[in-house]
Amino acid sequence: MTARVGVITFPGSLDDRDAQRAVRLAGAEPVPLWHGSHDLDGVDALVLPGGFSYGDYLRAGAIAALAPIMSEVKDAAAKGMPILGICNGFQMLVEAHLLPGGLIRNAHQQFIRRDQRLVVENADTAWTSGFEAGQEIVIPLKNADGGFTCSDETLRRIEGEGLVAFRYRGVNPNGSLDDIAGLTNERGNVVGLMPHPEHAVELGFGPQTPAAMRSGTDGLTFFTSAVAAVVATAV
Amino acid sequence: MPTIVVDVMPKAELLDPQGKAVSGALTRLGVSGFSDVRIGKRFELTVDRVDETTLETARRIAEEILSNSVIEDVVGIEVVE
Repeated sequence: MTARVGVITFPGSLDDRDAQRAVRLAGAEPVPLWHGSHDLDGVDALVLPGGFSYGDYLRAGAIAALAPIMSEVKDAAAKGMPILGICNGFQMLVEAHLLPGGLIRNAHQQFIRRDQRLVVENADTAWTSGFEAGQEIVIPLKNADGGFTCSDETLRRIEGEGLVAFRYRGVNPNGSLDDIAGLTNERGNVVGLMPHPEHAVELGFGPQTPAAMRSGTDGLTFFTSAVAAVVATAV
Repeated sequence: MPTIVVDVMPKAELLDPQGKAVSGALTRLGVSGFSDVRIGKRFELTVDRVDETTLETARRIAEEILSNSVIEDVVGIEVVE
């Protein structure tokens, strides 16, 4: 079978086409979806892409989290569908309470763009199964509201239950608690992170690596992992 | 038309990068006696009438939509005629 992966476009989404391209390069069929619809078009997995939905008004991701299609996204999450939120999509998942905590303005107040080293902390999720736990990867980071925060009690739960999916290595670019770059839910089907795997999926168009300019493709494994999860469920 | 004013502030225990930046600017300008600055949001909700149902709705949207209880607190809801 060919997995069908929906990418939801919101007003102000920027990386929806990049996410569709990543899905295609992972061997699946990208399915464009629209925020104002209540139809997931029968997709097997979902990506909430990066951007600045609604101009980040109110709070980053807050208004998008109230979009019509989000009720279907919540139902799909409860049924175990693989769902990935990237950057603004991560902010939406947090605002929709599908992942814990909150994301606030970067501690240094600046928008930041860099090739970011990450450690894969949890390799047992639908989007990280192709990695090894503890593996270091490099993918681009670009945001202004990437500071992860939560109460002490929530932080203890996140750490205790292994819900940290990715941690910043080398540099904490935004003041995130415990260097947290991304989270998973308990079930491992919903994953969100601030850095952008969809920008590191093709030779010549990824982050710099010691091997060659723009040769980083670590992000592709996110998408091939989800495709493998979908195919395994279908068999 | 009556207006319901909702004030939202970042939680006291969390870093407020905007307030910190302004606080730093005041220090650089030599303004003394102002030890901290925190920046919040003010929402002005224009309503047809003020009754208990409207106020109840205002309290609900203040908690569920206008603020995110993970990172912010609703610190005031008042009616301004």
